Amino acid sequence: MSDPTGLGDEQPTIDPAVLRGLTEGRYSRRQVLKAAGAGALGISFSGFLAACGAAGTNPGNGGTTTGAAAVGSAQWWAKQKKTGTLDFGNWPYYIDVTNHGKSHPSLHQFTAATGIKVNYLENIQNNDSFYAKISPTLQGGQSTGYDIIVMTNGWYLTELISHKWLIPLDLDLIPNFKKYAGPLFKDPAYDPHNTYTIAWQSGFTGIGYDPNKTGREITSVRDLFDPKFKGHIGMMSDNTELGSLGLLSLGIDPKSSSRDDWNKAADKLKQQRPMVRQYYDQSYINALERGDVWITQAWSGDIFQANNSGYPHLKFVVPEEGVMHWTDNMAIPVHAKHPRDAVEWMNFYYQPKIAAEVADWVNYITPVPAAKPILLKDDPAVGKSPLVFPTPEMTAKAHDYYTFKDYDDFQAWNSTFNPIIQS
Amino acid sequence: MEQHVQPHHPVVALPKLGLRRRLAPYLLGLPAWAYLGFFFVVPLVAVLAVALETGNPDQGYVLTWHWSELTSTISQYHVQLIRSFQYGAISTLIALVVSYPVAYWIAFYGGRHKSTLLFLVLLPFFVSFVIRTLAWNFILSDSGFVLGTLKGWGVLPQTFHVLSTPSAVIAGLTYNALPFMILPLYVALEQIDRRVVRAAQDLYASHLVAFARVVVPLSAGGIFAGFLLVFVTNVGDYVNAAILGGPGTTMIGNIIQTSFLENLDYPTASALSAWLLLGLLLAIALYAWIFGTRRIQEYA
Repeated sequence: MSDPTGLGDEQPTIDPAVLRGLTEGRYSRRQVLKAAGAGALGISFSGFLAACGAAGTNPGNGGTTTGAAAVGSAQWWAKQKKTGTLDFGNWPYYIDVTNHGKSHPSLHQFTAATGIKVNYLENIQNNDSFYAKISPTLQGGQSTGYDIIVMTNGWYLTELISHKWLIPLDLDLIPNFKKYAGPLFKDPAYDPHNTYTIAWQSGFTGIGYDPNKTGREITSVRDLFDPKFKGHIGMMSDNTELGSLGLLSLGIDPKSSSRDDWNKAADKLKQQRPMVRQYYDQSYINALERGDVWITQAWSGDIFQANNSGYPHLKFVVPEEGVMHWTDNMAIPVHAKHPRDAVEWMNFYYQPKIAAEVADWVNYITPVPAAKPILLKDDPAVGKSPLVFPTPEMTAKAHDYYTFKDYDDFQAWNSTFNPIIQS
Repeated sequence: MEQHVQPHHPVVALPKLGLRRRLAPYLLGLPAWAYLGFFFVVPLVAVLAVALETGNPDQGYVLTWHWSELTSTISQYHVQLIRSFQYGAISTLIALVVSYPVAYWIAFYGGRHKSTLLFLVLLPFFVSFVIRTLAWNFILSDSGFVLGTLKGWGVLPQTFHVLSTPSAVIAGLTYNALPFMILPLYVALEQIDRRVVRAAQDLYASHLVAFARVVVPLSAGGIFAGFLLVFVTNVGDYVNAAILGGPGTTMIGNIIQTSFLENLDYPTASALSAWLLLGLLLAIALYAWIFGTRRIQEYA
């Protein structure tokens, strides 16, 4: 099969069911990445420096952009040929796995159906460090070595788009996206008309809590500001998440917020700070499991995985003020060597059967709602979960993040919310 | 003829040989100097120069000799900078107090088990330092086996917690520094001639006086080496604050890391690095000035 070079082989050689049951809650994808991100920050930093030094030293990888037609236009796409190879960069633990972590059935079926071999590389640990790694290469006009990368909507994806470092997609070549993608995933604010990206998985940032500790149902963002929970409130150290929650608490839609709104939200969050236990990275889920934190900002998939790995009492709630919806997106970086193969995979992935296989393992929100009936039959626990297939009421409360206009805009946000986290 | 030439020979040849001889150590040292230049001085100057640049990551940063970056960053982040030096100093001091008896005992009473004992000191290095720090999250959790038990006995109030406090960060820094303190102390103590200690006792020094007036001064080089290794690393550390800290424990390393990697604000990160470097150099100079450099040179 497409051999998962690199990190794929590092996965422990234990039964995947055991792996999923025992370790997933503790080391979900985002946590693994932060363990390597927040934990081994030094590594990503040195990687960054190495990448800086290495930029421009690999000429000859010019890629496929030498055609006369504009890159990404219909004529350009018409000229692209299948090559039989696909270099797919993704985050750790973010696809279906069998055979002791060595094989990914969905990729295997893809190879069987199309003859395209996949080099599946779990090299993306963090949006910021991955961006730092590939941007000097892209700046130098070189191929990153990836045909597909997966990035969360946010500043770094916005940067890739505004630098024109992604190849525009021809959605006519991805009919399954048009047919099966859920409404939440079409025409997102951060990438209008899905010009450059289509969703891989997504999730909600809402509130996670331990009902035994809080002693009551949590329904509102206001509960995160309740002095009763002083010293046991968890907030996220990701300033986009923190700021967005501050805005929601004031009834402001983050997507269309102004800098005045940001300042108001920051004031509110500053008042909350003495009650906050810690501004957490992914480790908030461990703190919630251990009982250090009673109520916290939380990612839907983490709570689902915790529920299935020994903490069934933990709850995730979509607060009445709204919930933030983030999306991890597939995109093709410029100078990719096998863009046609990448598009083949995108189309293949959006089949309900394949999307169901991946969702069954990953447990985040799949962009293909039609996967639900399949999972209801194959794995009802996942199929029934509103954290994998959100209810219409949840979807109605989903908010988009603010999309930064330029670097100054991004810095203004940073300087508004970072002083709260880094006091 | 020959008599005439011979006296000339050494006169002409000797200075040549002498010049070569005088240059030899420098030539032999050349690879080391080149290494230091290419891999330390050049990157250091490059990073510090970034502090004086203005711009943004989209249009690129241009060197504009923007000196006010240095003053603006210090006015914004002096709290975290001072805090880093406090945490660094406290953790170094605790590490010294804890390590000294260990190193002393191994050096003086370790006997034939010395290498085994040193191996035990080094053993934790075989586990990643991030993992070891994370482990404290479990050991010290609010209802974990330490605090949970003590709370169960009623020794501690139910709301007591250690994690997310300055104490947790300092404890983490101290814990991770112990081997770096023990090893240089051991080397210094091991080199002390036991007869000197015995001589002091022969001259009616008590055990305590011999220790304070003979052993400690003779180990000053080891103390300085340990201080350098631990203080410098701990002041710039950001992992302990990130894993064990909470609101109000952010260290300068965390700010630099965020500025560099997340905000792509290279001038701020570089300016803060410059302040950190300056502060460390001052602290080391102060130490050397107070305790004297002679012994340190002896040790080196």
